Amino acid sequence: MSVFGGAGQSQSQFKSSLNKVFIWYGGGFAAFVLILAVLEQMGMPKEFIGYAFLAATVLLYAGIGVMSRTNDAAEYYVAGRRVPAIYNGMATGSDWMSAASFIGMAGTLYLTGYGGLAFILGWTGGYCLVALFLAPYLRKFGQFTIPDFLGARYGGNMARLIGVFAAILVSFVYVVAQIFGVGLITARMTGLSFDVGVYVGLAGILVCSFLGGMRAVTWTQVAQYLILIVAYMVPVVWLSVKHTNIPVPQVSYGYLLEKVTAKEEVLLKDPKELEVRAIFKARSDAAVEKLKDVPASMAADKADAEKKVEDLKAANAPAAEIKAAETALAALPKDEVAAKAAYTAARTSNAARAAPPLRHAEPFPGKDEAARDIARKNFLALVFCLMIGTAALPHILMRFYTVPSVREARESVAWSLFFIFLLYFTAPALAVLVKFDIYTLLVGTPMDQLPGWIARWNVVDPTLMAVSDINKDGILQLAEIRLGGDIVVLATPEIGGLPFVISGLVAAGGLAAALSTADGLLLTIANALSHDVYYKVVDPNASASRRVAISKAILVVVALAAAYVAALRMADILFLVSAAFSFAAAAFFPALVLGIFWKRANKWGASLGMVAGLGISFYYMVKTHPWMYGLFHNHAITPEILKANTWWDIAPISAGIFGVPLGFAVIIIVSLLTKAPDKEVQDMVENVRFPSFDGKTSQGSAAH
Amino acid sequence: MQLTEKHREYWGKNLKITGILLFLWFFVTFVLGYFARDLTFSFFGWPFSFWVAAQGALVAYCLIIWFYARYMNNLDKEYGVAEGESE
Repeated sequence: MSVFGGAGQSQSQFKSSLNKVFIWYGGGFAAFVLILAVLEQMGMPKEFIGYAFLAATVLLYAGIGVMSRTNDAAEYYVAGRRVPAIYNGMATGSDWMSAASFIGMAGTLYLTGYGGLAFILGWTGGYCLVALFLAPYLRKFGQFTIPDFLGARYGGNMARLIGVFAAILVSFVYVVAQIFGVGLITARMTGLSFDVGVYVGLAGILVCSFLGGMRAVTWTQVAQYLILIVAYMVPVVWLSVKHTNIPVPQVSYGYLLEKVTAKEEVLLKDPKELEVRAIFKARSDAAVEKLKDVPASMAADKADAEKKVEDLKAANAPAAEIKAAETALAALPKDEVAAKAAYTAARTSNAARAAPPLRHAEPFPGKDEAARDIARKNFLALVFCLMIGTAALPHILMRFYTVPSVREARESVAWSLFFIFLLYFTAPALAVLVKFDIYTLLVGTPMDQLPGWIARWNVVDPTLMAVSDINKDGILQLAEIRLGGDIVVLATPEIGGLPFVISGLVAAGGLAAALSTADGLLLTIANALSHDVYYKVVDPNASASRRVAISKAILVVVALAAAYVAALRMADILFLVSAAFSFAAAAFFPALVLGIFWKRANKWGASLGMVAGLGISFYYMVKTHPWMYGLFHNHAITPEILKANTWWDIAPISAGIFGVPLGFAVIIIVSLLTKAPDKEVQDMVENVRFPSFDGKTSQGSAAH
Repeated sequence: MQLTEKHREYWGKNLKITGILLFLWFFVTFVLGYFARDLTFSFFGWPFSFWVAAQGALVAYCLIIWFYARYMNNLDKEYGVAEGESE
């Protein structure tokens, strides 16, 4: 199979054959979408479109896996180190952009305005650090994994094993979230259940990475990048043309943002809006009253519900109304704990809906100067953690081992960020486009004339879109819309009035984003266990084919474990993903950067620094995050405990702001207190700093 | 391995450009971010600080990385430390 590289092919031949393959692939995919569009016009049912996209894309990824199957160690671990810079850029792009980026990002921006831009900044700016501090040097080092570097640089297995632990912790949390996303998207695309969706997606991931390791994953990720970027752009461009007549949304939305901002001021003072928000405020206050005496409130609720059923029956009301009242009665909480939880939930959710809409473009909103300062501090801290975390995620750094040279490693970071940039600078535009649509076109519409997509999504998933006439005036107010972030991307084709085939394309794009990231993460975990633990520690004499075989076995086990955890549907999965950034930042960044830029850093400094950075980040999250606190304490966190445990008002998501500096400090202090590394290690540091000493050979690619 | 004067000079230049680009990165991210509330004048329709965080900084990051790659690849050749043609 020479399509994806084989022996006896020069790099330029390889490149041109790749170009051919991916041009054919692009054309084929476009034809596929067009055929589906025609079939839809001819009356093919919508479910078939979902199945067609799911089957075609998963088969495609599996096909690439079969075509690039390999048992060779260099092929399996680092794709033979011949991936051209631009293709590695695309692969890194889809490796990087997860389900959260594709589906969640624009929604987060819609809901949080300027505050959400922390993710945009953090998840792109981190690549500057990758380019300046890590990628070229790691490529010159030229081994297989990130713990490999720690092991070689900090002599011995201690730093390597700490690295393995951190890599697995970070990647496993992350991969669970991806598989969760795969399940959701597959379920929505096809109507299969969530659990079936998880395993269908999993099959797609496994066939690919199991057969061909990094080589298969690389070419699949390139294919997935092309799908996801097209799927993201098409509806946004369409919506932009609809609202501004300009097909470049990134240029045109400044004008729409002005209109949205003007409309916000109107909505903040609109008497009807105030009326709706006052109703939510009253509901929240009522819940607070009920919480004061839970048993009495339960009895009162029960009496009310029973009376309503009786009244309706007495008044000979329609059967549907009586049925609804009976359901409401049956749904009342059964015991005191459940009732307390229900009242607390009612209090917070209604209080949230009573809040005025936030001003989209205002940085660091707050009720007074102190609150605004806290918002600013947390914004910058989050940006910091996301950036450092980006530059320390093993599954991203690993990709830069796969390019042929240091020179291409540098170029490859530039391509990576460019391909990521395409999506990330579109997401804020999409958020504003949808906000413009909702604020100026939807709000004020009579309830019986709402566009069809609202009712449809209300049925599919009411947590994503729910509309009810709270103040019974027959007209939609902004405060009457409850909207989940994911709807922004998912419903854009329908808001823009595009055919269903585009909705299918968007779902396929989301699936591509989740699968590609999951592929990279699974490989990172399996390689850390097979290469770093088994080969380097347990059995250094293992043959290459045995290592690959073990890697494949571990891959299956890890994938099944991740699917099992994802099927548990843990509530705080999104928090855990963000936490992974702080962990990665604190554990890897200081040790990697000092390992390259400071020869004096030694084994003890690095090991203790990694443990200290990871430890403090973990400790801070346990002390301040409600869910983590609950795991390690036998009582729930209260606002008083939270206030006492919080340092400088920093939110738990940004725990890395403490971990990274501490990691640096510990490495430096402990290294200076203990013996300098020996000559061999110092030579190795010098070796990674120069692409080649004599301008001819590159001594680094030992594994080639 | 014995480093020559030339090697040291190469590494010094690398550190210098890394420092300069790191400062630019820090400036567009954290300095402009810190003063975001004061920089809300209109910039082609966007409030300036919103535009920076949504587009301007991203463009700057791309340029930083692109410039670094170009500069270092030329420096490699100039100092004779570039890898041989990889085939």
